[in-house]
Amino acid sequence: MGILEVKGINKRFGGLQALGDVNLSVEENTVHAIIGPNGAGKSTLLNVLVGKLIPDSGSVMFDGQSVLGRKPHEINQMGISRVFQTPEIFTDLTVFENVMIPCFAKRDGAFRMHAIESIVSEKGIRAQAEEMLADVNMLEKRDMLTSSLSRGDKRRLEMAMCLVQDPKLLLLDEPTAGMARADTENTINLLKEIRTKRGITMAIIEHDMNVVFSLAERITVLAQGTPLVEDIPENIKGHPKVREAYLGEAQV
Amino acid sequence: MLGLEKKDFRLLLVVIGLTLFAPIILNPFPAGSEMAQFNAGYPDLMQRFVIFGIFAIGFNILFGLTGYLSFGHAAFLGVGSYSAVWMFKLLSMNVLPAIILSVIIAGLFSLLIGFISLRRSGIYFSILTLAFAQMSFALAYSVLTPITGGETGLQLALDDPRILGASQTASGNIPVPSLFGLEMRASYEMAVGAWSFTFNAGYYLAAIILVLAFYLAIRIFRSPFGMMLRAIKSNQTRMSYTGLNARPYTLAAFVISGMYAGLAGGLMASMDPLAGAERMQWTASGEVVLMTILGGAGTLIGPVLGAGMIKYFENIFSKINSQVLHEWFGFLPDGLEDFVVTLIYPFVGKGWHLTLGIVFMLVVIFLPGGLVQGGQKILATLRRKKTDDANPGATKPAE
Amino acid sequence: MDQFILQILNGLDKGSAYALIALGLTLIFGTLGVVNFAHGALFMLGAFCAVTVSKLLSLSHKVVDDTRTDFLGNPMQVDVPYLHDWFGAATGDTIIDWAVPISIIFAIPVMVCIGFIMERGLIKHFYKRPHADQILVTFGLAIVIQEVIKYYYGANPIPTPAPSAFKGSFDFGVLIGFDVNAIIYPYWRLVYFFFSLVVIGAVFAFLQFTTFGMVVRAGMADRETVGLLGIDIDKRFTVMFGIAAAVAGLAGVMYVPINPPNYHMGMDFLVLSFVVVVVGGMGSLPGAVAAGFLLGILESFASTSWAVSNLPGINQVIIYLVAIIILLTRPRGLMGRKGVMEE
Repeated sequence: MGILEVKGINKRFGGLQALGDVNLSVEENTVHAIIGPNGAGKSTLLNVLVGKLIPDSGSVMFDGQSVLGRKPHEINQMGISRVFQTPEIFTDLTVFENVMIPCFAKRDGAFRMHAIESIVSEKGIRAQAEEMLADVNMLEKRDMLTSSLSRGDKRRLEMAMCLVQDPKLLLLDEPTAGMARADTENTINLLKEIRTKRGITMAIIEHDMNVVFSLAERITVLAQGTPLVEDIPENIKGHPKVREAYLGEAQV
Repeated sequence: MLGLEKKDFRLLLVVIGLTLFAPIILNPFPAGSEMAQFNAGYPDLMQRFVIFGIFAIGFNILFGLTGYLSFGHAAFLGVGSYSAVWMFKLLSMNVLPAIILSVIIAGLFSLLIGFISLRRSGIYFSILTLAFAQMSFALAYSVLTPITGGETGLQLALDDPRILGASQTASGNIPVPSLFGLEMRASYEMAVGAWSFTFNAGYYLAAIILVLAFYLAIRIFRSPFGMMLRAIKSNQTRMSYTGLNARPYTLAAFVISGMYAGLAGGLMASMDPLAGAERMQWTASGEVVLMTILGGAGTLIGPVLGAGMIKYFENIFSKINSQVLHEWFGFLPDGLEDFVVTLIYPFVGKGWHLTLGIVFMLVVIFLPGGLVQGGQKILATLRRKKTDDANPGATKPAE
Repeated sequence: MDQFILQILNGLDKGSAYALIALGLTLIFGTLGVVNFAHGALFMLGAFCAVTVSKLLSLSHKVVDDTRTDFLGNPMQVDVPYLHDWFGAATGDTIIDWAVPISIIFAIPVMVCIGFIMERGLIKHFYKRPHADQILVTFGLAIVIQEVIKYYYGANPIPTPAPSAFKGSFDFGVLIGFDVNAIIYPYWRLVYFFFSLVVIGAVFAFLQFTTFGMVVRAGMADRETVGLLGIDIDKRFTVMFGIAAAVAGLAGVMYVPINPPNYHMGMDFLVLSFVVVVVGGMGSLPGAVAAGFLLGILESFASTSWAVSNLPGINQVIIYLVAIIILLTRPRGLMGRKGVMEE
């Protein structure tokens, strides 16, 4: 039994079958990649997992509980954190504040009035956030406004914001999309580091094969809304069905 | 100090100082001199300064922190005024229960309107609040006349019950609002040389409340709650994927700012015990928007300054007529004098709204942080100049 | 039944004004993505165009009339409009009488110019700023325009009559088989209604049948793609702003005989027009027009004595009430598109 169990998901948009009978199981303490050519339904699947879309049928169980019909913040409170394609961070706030906010969310839940207490007196939260920033080598930038950060630093910060919540599952949506070579390498290294240091379960939706094969421990190949194969990376590389799916795309 | 950082505590001290000595600061011209009509240190106006300051501080907690632009906040001020006057009519002329009730009623009312309006965001939210406020205004003006007094407004009468006080004074008049016997209109005149200063009980009550309201606002700004509100303004997507439910946070901010507005309304009624529907009209809501933006939305002191500035414009600047202008520019040659006066005249006196509109537009275009940001920029430039003068060439990188 | 028809008719003139203002607002929303709080001021400027033209046309000079004497026994001085000198008394009077319709010719170029200046000078710089900033800066602009008008024209309403040919009322009831005087409707309001239909029709035809309109419609749907095609969409949007301003101005010109204009009439109409736009659906032109007429008629029904006696105050709040209900149940309004102004 995996920590995330997706069973028989179907989703249609008008006449288009975006997801057809998707089954997926993400085991605890692995890095599971979901790959596939453009339009394979990767983003739709992700949006189902985080509560943004409700599937026509099927079930999504996380840690023994259904996530369907829950709002994004409720799903986060269950222990799923998400990294976006383009980093979603709080601009106009400082780096330090950006990391403190998820700490509060973890400690106090979805809503709690602390209207009179000072942030300065929140020693526990501050220590936690500082430790996290030190972990991603951003401590010296703690008082900078995030709008002045470089793209790589924004990605790093977003990662830190997710990790500081100590999630049971980290969802990554094409974390290297549109990045330059060097940035991609940096991100891969950062993810590897996180993996070895913290042993967090990750599910990566990715297009870039290089990223997938340097990180993933298990791979699901999605094509036209259905899973084609699921196996360890070594077996995926030469798999005829996978080649067909990708080559087919190249020919069009 | 008081749980504040050094910088904030200094700001609080400045506000305390300003409000405490306002009767002196605002009366720079000797009584009886020609410039005396530009003295702003009379009780009525000073009360308005602080009351609208409170209103703007509250509005800023919503708009400055969360970015939700409400165009209906005057409704809460109006409701606060009505509640206070009803307290004067039914209970007693003591202002304390009246003010407390106005805060509670405005809080409940804003809870209701906020709960519905906050289901939408952006421009839709602005229109919803506008619609609710206009509805309240229209109802207060017509159907709710038994509660609101309709067109004439809600006034005190000689036959009001006032169960804890007296319906009328020994001399047969309507009693005046007081705080445990200290009448709000009680004033102490002090003459220093040619100057005269008025210290008014009502003003000082309002000023103390302003200081408390300001202190509370600082605490909110520096709290985790305040940080969450800024996060909502910044990125709602990240907010929800961080496990935070934005709606209760914004609703709480809405209710808090509604209670501030109710407090301002209650105080207004305490200074002058009547309430009218025009206080709820959307132009009145627009005024508090102007104040907050002009001073600096999202800054602590900005809204107070903005409120002061607009009220000063409305009451003092508007007194400059063509005669005054001719006196001021009398030193110029005749033709030039007329020319200058004609040029300036549309912008002063009764035309103060025009100047206000232009200044407001300039602030929105060039100074999103309001006059406070403008001040900071000027200070920063001056400071840089100073350091440049001290060690010339220091800013130039070595080649 | 006759009451029913009468109420519909009564709602038409206000509805026409709402529809025209909301149409212009929506054009600006849809094309430029800007929330224009100064749109009411444009309506008001149009009204004052009519006032100005009517004043200009009746400019006169003093002539001593020997046939009459004033109360002191001196020869009386009478004002003779210049138009009398130029065209003779009869033609001159007719021109003065028709001042309001004539001002349309004058108002269109003026309003288009004002629209151009506004867009190029101010609004252009706010495309990328948050909606709150757009609201605020146009709100400031509205105050400025309003105060300028107040400075030159004073604070009191200025009555400007309709041509005498349209004075009086039209017995609509007789036409469709009711008793005499059952359904009476002032001629000018009828004119206003048909005028608004013509303007609305012209705007729709322009958008539908010209290449220019096609590009603008494409731009409303997807601005970026149209930009990528190498079409200078910005220039077209400037023109659209001018058209929107002209539509609001025309609505104002013709509204003058119905309600004497004053400097704050724009603000009064603005709030309601925004509500209309929201009910119709942001970014939907047919929605704006339909909602304008619908709300005008609803308001008229709510003002009947029957409605007011059963639901006191309903006439004051009906529009807001409808708006609130629509916004909460159908967030996109009656005909709104997805994703307009939803961050």
